[in-house]
Amino acid sequence: MTVRIEPVGGAAAIVDGAVSAGAPVPRPRDWSDFASPRPDGLLGLDLVVEGITCAACLSVIEHGFAGLPGVAKARLNLTNRRLSFEWNPALINAGDLVRRLERLGYRAQPFDPGRRSMEEQAEARELLRATAVAGFASMNVMLLSVAVWAGNVSDIDPVTRDFFHWLSALIALPAAVYAGRPFFRSAWRALKVFRTNMDVPISIGIILTLLLSLWQTMRSAEHAYFDSAVMLLFFLLVGRTLDQSMRRRTRAVAEDLAALKSSSAVKILADGTLREVPLSRIEPGDIVFVRPGERIPVDGIIEAGVSEVDYSLITGETIPVPVAIGDRVYAGTADLMGALTIRVMAAERGTLLDEVNRLLEAASQAKSAAMRLSDEVARRYAPVVHLAALSTFLGWMAMGERSDAALVTAVSVLIITCPCALALAVPAVQVVASGMLFRRGVLIRSGDAIERLAAVDTIVFDKTGTLTLPEPVLLNAVSLDRLAQGLDSGAIPCRSDGPIRSGNALEASGRLAAASSHPLGRALAAAAGNPMPEPSAREVPGRGIEATVDGERERLGSAEFCGLSGTEVDVFRAAYPTASIVYWRRGTQAPVAFGFRQGLRSDAKQTIAALKAEGYRIEILSGDRVDAVSAAAVALDLDVWAAEQSPTEKVARLQTLAGQGRRVLMVGDGLNDAPALAAAHVSLSPITAVHLSQVAADAVFLGDRLAAVAHALAIARRARRAMAENLWISIVYNVVAVPIAVLGMVTPLVAALAMSGSSLVVTVNALRLRLGDATVETSTAETIEIKP
Amino acid sequence: MNVLAFLIPIALFLGGVGLAGFMWTLKSGQYDDIEGAKWRILSDNDLPKADEN
Repeated sequence: MTVRIEPVGGAAAIVDGAVSAGAPVPRPRDWSDFASPRPDGLLGLDLVVEGITCAACLSVIEHGFAGLPGVAKARLNLTNRRLSFEWNPALINAGDLVRRLERLGYRAQPFDPGRRSMEEQAEARELLRATAVAGFASMNVMLLSVAVWAGNVSDIDPVTRDFFHWLSALIALPAAVYAGRPFFRSAWRALKVFRTNMDVPISIGIILTLLLSLWQTMRSAEHAYFDSAVMLLFFLLVGRTLDQSMRRRTRAVAEDLAALKSSSAVKILADGTLREVPLSRIEPGDIVFVRPGERIPVDGIIEAGVSEVDYSLITGETIPVPVAIGDRVYAGTADLMGALTIRVMAAERGTLLDEVNRLLEAASQAKSAAMRLSDEVARRYAPVVHLAALSTFLGWMAMGERSDAALVTAVSVLIITCPCALALAVPAVQVVASGMLFRRGVLIRSGDAIERLAAVDTIVFDKTGTLTLPEPVLLNAVSLDRLAQGLDSGAIPCRSDGPIRSGNALEASGRLAAASSHPLGRALAAAAGNPMPEPSAREVPGRGIEATVDGERERLGSAEFCGLSGTEVDVFRAAYPTASIVYWRRGTQAPVAFGFRQGLRSDAKQTIAALKAEGYRIEILSGDRVDAVSAAAVALDLDVWAAEQSPTEKVARLQTLAGQGRRVLMVGDGLNDAPALAAAHVSLSPITAVHLSQVAADAVFLGDRLAAVAHALAIARRARRAMAENLWISIVYNVVAVPIAVLGMVTPLVAALAMSGSSLVVTVNALRLRLGDATVETSTAETIEIKP
Repeated sequence: MNVLAFLIPIALFLGGVGLAGFMWTLKSGQYDDIEGAKWRILSDNDLPKADEN
């Protein structure tokens, strides 16, 4: 990435001057506007908290508020990263809570749940409740049915059988009425407007089965089918609950995105005064003022000021990018160092963040419309079943059978063709395969991602943070002396002890760097073995770190800060054309330069080569600059790559590939990748990715090794084979069972065999996936190892 | 077969207890944050304060 090391001091001074010249400080946000009253006289507020990375944050935040007078509740939800407060307004106010949170090191944005998400939450709970009831009913009814089946072939007393059937009816009917509501409601809604959906045949099937069973029970027949009806309901509900929770997660992404955007901005009026106004009143062409530490509220161009901006939200890039007059900045990124004056290009609408949000929503809608293997089979299979049942009924009627007997046979056909095996065929494999993936450090978000992974023929990688490691690595340490003497070709390993003792320089600068929170400082400290921070170190915002060691001043930071001349800087720049450079100088001694670059993942080369050998087409699609991307492409021996891609262009490229009939796996980590991750056929993202991208991706992989991508693909292909086998097994079972049912010869033995036998075979076949998996387990420890 | 008169109600009752238990966990929001729960057990917030002696 391009890094300008030299800050333009003049511009910063102008801004500082303008502020100190008596411009009124903008009014801070009034947080109490966002609080809502809770029943017991308390006030409540929900916040989206940024920077929640791990469980330690949970303890820090909750400890930080525990025992604070007036705070009744401070609970962080790690799943959706929302913090919920309840407090007594007489003792403490909302602003105090937010300020305390900031002191703990977390920024927060108010979160308005909105009606839509409340409705979805209620729907999720209803589905879970219905699933529980259907599960309870199906287990109990099945227990009674097995007894009846066994009794029918031996010597069950008809009175006992009737008692069991009535008992089943007593459990199954209320349970089906309760648990079937989501299906009945949706079917009724469709029928009212003369349409049909998948829930219509489901509802008809369940109601018909229950009514027939009730009638059979009343005339004390041998068979009743309550078990099939509730079992079917249970499996359908499980599927629907999983599907709904996945859709809810994508919705949460959009909500978080909206919350990240500031709702107000500080406008500089024509007379030079500052005023905080709502974002809706900012027009393109206005000038806004951003203080260090704030998120930039608009897309725009810098008019005055120098700073470093954290673009990690947009690009996944952790090294802050120095910005100066004329540079473009984006809403949602954070201004880290100095005050900025920005000419607005887009404020309330049309910012990059909005664009990402819009693309993400469009892409996830398109994806949920995509057909899944089991749905596809169900869709082709259902008409055949209904046709078979109908022709059975008509056939028996034509042969002069009584209508009730013909109906019983027809329904038996319906039931025997709806066995658990078909419902189990795919989920059983998904469970086994996701367990195997988990042991290799790949966490699957949705079961059907495995099917989609298996179909992949093209892989598109993002570069920054995906092919490369997210943290910068120290290239080496070079002193100007050696460069001048021509002794150094720019490739000294960082620990070599030359005449200039770069080892010592590394150690000394590492102690300074350890006192810094700057990503490059952290990388330098890590390269020096994380020494104790120098106690006298002092951070000069936007410039570097200064300390006095043994009476001599040491400085670590930008070229200007360390007092380098223009020609000296040019020499170092020439040595590291593509790196970010930090300088260290003791007193007036020769300066030492530390170059940083984002290194490729250790196994990137082998993994890419192996994937190419397996016949995958591989591309790089990066938002980074051309030379950085081409360098990575050359290193990885890839010839298809595109640089400087906007989120829209990335999605467009994926659509082009999809248009060519390619099934694309997208691997990426930045916010700019999020729409592409959602739009791709299937997507993976590293655990270091921004939260939004992780949620947009179908799976997340742990660790520093890219091999996880290859593992995921290999396991998915095997799983897909097992799924196809399973579907064939259950279809073959039906092909055997249906003719028997059509002929009206469904004995309890056949029903029991078809039902439990096929389910068992399908489950065993799924477990077979694990065979031969032991060999890889030794390497697992290595893969799962994560950096703290 | 008389034993069924006891066993079936008992089976249904136990199943019902399980179902009621699940409904209670759902209602009291125990599935709202499955990520946080596993870490919360490690936190010592609920112990009596040791630093007050």
